Amino acid sequence: MNCGAIKQKLAASGAEAVIETEYARKGFALNVQVAPEQLVAAVSVLDAEGFFIEAVTGVDWLGEQATLRKEAEAKAAAEAKAKADAAAAAGEEAPAAAPPAEQGELAEDALEAVYDFNHYDEFCRVTIRTRMVRSKPEVPTISHIYPGADWHERETHDFFGIIFVGHPYLVPLLLPEDADYHPLLKDFRP
Amino acid sequence: MHVDPEIIRLLAFLVGVIAFAALNAAYLVWLERKEAAHIQRRIGPKEVGPFGLFQPLVDGIKLMTKQLIVPAGVDPVLFKIAPILVMVPAIMSFVTIPFSETLVARNLDLGLLVIFAFASVNVLGLLLGAWGSRNKYAVISAARVVSQNVAYEIPMLVTVVTLVMITGTMNLHNIVMQQQGGFWHWNILNLSASPLMPVAFLIFFVCMLAETNRAPFDMAEAESELVAGAFTEYSGMGFGVFFMGEYANIVIGASVATILFLGGWDCPLGLFPGVHWFLIKMYFLIFTVIWIRWTFPRTTFYGLLNLSWKILIPISFFNLILTSAMLKVF
Amino acid sequence: MSAFAKSEANETFVLNLGPQHPATHGVLRVKLTMDGEYIVEAEPVLGYIHRMHEKMGENRTWAQFLPNTGRMDYLHALAYNHGYVSVVERAAGIEVPERAEYLRVITAELNRVSSHLLWFGAFILDLGGFSPLLYAFDDREHILDLLESVTGSRLTYCYFRFGGVYNDIDDNFVPGTRAFIKRLRDRMPMYHNLVTKNIILMKRLQEVGPISAEMCRKYGATGPVCRGSGINFDVRKHEPYSIYPEMDFDVPVYDQCESMARYMVRMDEIEQSLRIIEQGLDKLPEGPVMAEKVPKIIKPAKGDYYHAVETARGSFGVRVVSDGSNTPYRLKLRSPTFSNLSLFGEACQGMLLPDALALMGSLDLVIPEIDR
Repeated sequence: MNCGAIKQKLAASGAEAVIETEYARKGFALNVQVAPEQLVAAVSVLDAEGFFIEAVTGVDWLGEQATLRKEAEAKAAAEAKAKADAAAAAGEEAPAAAPPAEQGELAEDALEAVYDFNHYDEFCRVTIRTRMVRSKPEVPTISHIYPGADWHERETHDFFGIIFVGHPYLVPLLLPEDADYHPLLKDFRP
Repeated sequence: MHVDPEIIRLLAFLVGVIAFAALNAAYLVWLERKEAAHIQRRIGPKEVGPFGLFQPLVDGIKLMTKQLIVPAGVDPVLFKIAPILVMVPAIMSFVTIPFSETLVARNLDLGLLVIFAFASVNVLGLLLGAWGSRNKYAVISAARVVSQNVAYEIPMLVTVVTLVMITGTMNLHNIVMQQQGGFWHWNILNLSASPLMPVAFLIFFVCMLAETNRAPFDMAEAESELVAGAFTEYSGMGFGVFFMGEYANIVIGASVATILFLGGWDCPLGLFPGVHWFLIKMYFLIFTVIWIRWTFPRTTFYGLLNLSWKILIPISFFNLILTSAMLKVF
Repeated sequence: MSAFAKSEANETFVLNLGPQHPATHGVLRVKLTMDGEYIVEAEPVLGYIHRMHEKMGENRTWAQFLPNTGRMDYLHALAYNHGYVSVVERAAGIEVPERAEYLRVITAELNRVSSHLLWFGAFILDLGGFSPLLYAFDDREHILDLLESVTGSRLTYCYFRFGGVYNDIDDNFVPGTRAFIKRLRDRMPMYHNLVTKNIILMKRLQEVGPISAEMCRKYGATGPVCRGSGINFDVRKHEPYSIYPEMDFDVPVYDQCESMARYMVRMDEIEQSLRIIEQGLDKLPEGPVMAEKVPKIIKPAKGDYYHAVETARGSFGVRVVSDGSNTPYRLKLRSPTFSNLSLFGEACQGMLLPDALALMGSLDLVIPEIDR
């Protein structure tokens, strides 16, 4: 078994993208993007291959969509400017600036859950990511596959408010038992 | 007004015994701390008085001036009576212990029986204190203490019965008198009565450790498991009296071992017998008890019971049978 | 030992072990459901010393987070330093001079020995033996003196910097460390005679506290806990970092899955760490201890990066997400004892209280590192 075989199996399990990364640069060998519904299938593959769970955590991508749009606009503007410059250089009359495209509502920002798996014998750290919308952060639990994920999921729920559907005991682990805030969300104000 | 001089003598002895028990407890704490320190390459108490000798007095004053806290929810009667129940029997046992040929409060014909009768009350005190504390750690500790004492009373008493068969008396004074004249007369080397006598002494010593709840059998206190076991809720002098009772029990145990096996006040070479020899032997045994405590880790509870039921009791019964057979034959 | 069957009548009670308890080494609370002295269920309750280091990381620059790393696992702070600087160096592409790498490994291994020595003392204390603690502290004191001369602090070290270490060693360090290695090698047989071969200790640890290899995998246990269950996993060998590939050392593995195996793993690791230190001192090259071209303000490229190091308690991993600014976007600290402790609830079912405490001691818990 090696990382290549794992890659095949993960791709077969329905992962959206399985990318081999450069270990020396990134620190992990496989970067797997899955939809929340496919998570359990992907984790089951790793379980069958004898991986152990290293950690579960989250990342809050608040403002990502706005940034992406800004970048896209900047890029569009730069392109338009380049076109105009090119036209001006050619001596033609600059075309009327295209009216700014109707952008509509911003797509909702995402919360990402990140699962790290490693193998005792093989040199292959696998990072599984799954994204969900911020307003409905729900992802199935994997604590029935890896009992060790129980605490990691509780911790992630503490910090991000991600709800692990099917988790047997999703109460605060590190935060006070009556905590109703999620400190690692980017819009958290103490 | 005429007062029976015997009563005055008894009163004087009683005061002496209480003072002896209390001072002993205080200075055994000092000895324990010093000895532990030197085992661990430390110095130990040294600030209060020469070699820290006044440390126990200062500790005593501190304990006595502390508030006696009776936590809410405890049984106030049991909680307060328990330390006394541990301390009083220990002092009572001193009454019949002969420190030398003449130095004894009351020489009873059934002295040995009296000591063991009182010694078993000690457990009751711990049990009541723990139960009265209404503390889970204390209750676990109490359950341990009782089964531990039941388990170790048997090999201890069987060993003592063996000895009584040899001596033919329960009078402590007479038991010592039989062993006079040098260490080869002592019961520990009385190989003609039973070749297992040194083993019997060892059994007695181990049982004594267990009966007095000393390491490695300190299941009652077990500070890394049960916080402080039966003493968890006690503070100030309540704790202090428990402590004194524990040390007084160690002194009793070492004294009885000295009398039964090591010839009491007899000199090993048959010269100058006297109270000093008794004290030397007793304190040597106590020193060993402390030494063991600071060297060994604690056993577990089932290990402790297994040791008693599977090893000590069979051996002591075998010794009993062997002794009776040899007494009959020779 | 555990001929334990749950009694039919529901005669259990709840025992709160901690947050202040002599055996939990800090503010850990374990909610035990007991049947007599048998444990029916155990639920560790965490968070009493939770400080939210991950949030702190998001609120300060990359370099300002360095002192925080020493305050999680205060017993092996240098490994935490190492993990964090390594991941930032990986993200920002900073090369470290060789001498600095050697100094990092030497000091981190000295720190590992001191951590194991403290664990050794505290573990025997859990089992009711007091004296070994003071002997171990005596030895540990020498390490602290050595490390103080180099790093400037005695416990919560902050010695490593991005691109090197903050200070070169002084003239006394090399002979002092060699003298210490000799001293500890002379002392180890005494520890083994006094403690390891003690019949009471053997009875308390052998065949007690089983943790199977499968259980380690399911809970993600690393470090001496998994090596005591026959799993040959050590980050220093598995995904070598720094100059560990150049070092000749063994990974002690015992496959008895019991508390004694974990004890032996750690005792053997002390010797292996001494070997690494010795080789490091032999090969220590001359040169700068700090890379020359380290920017004043670090701004790693966008993306996320992971780096794992082997601490005294297992694999410590740092995942950083950078958005290209001068503060981390997200900082995840994967602490080994968090995973190691999570298997305690399952492992101690049906055990007697003292055995469970021996098992807990053999996990080598450092609570601030679990709670972070």
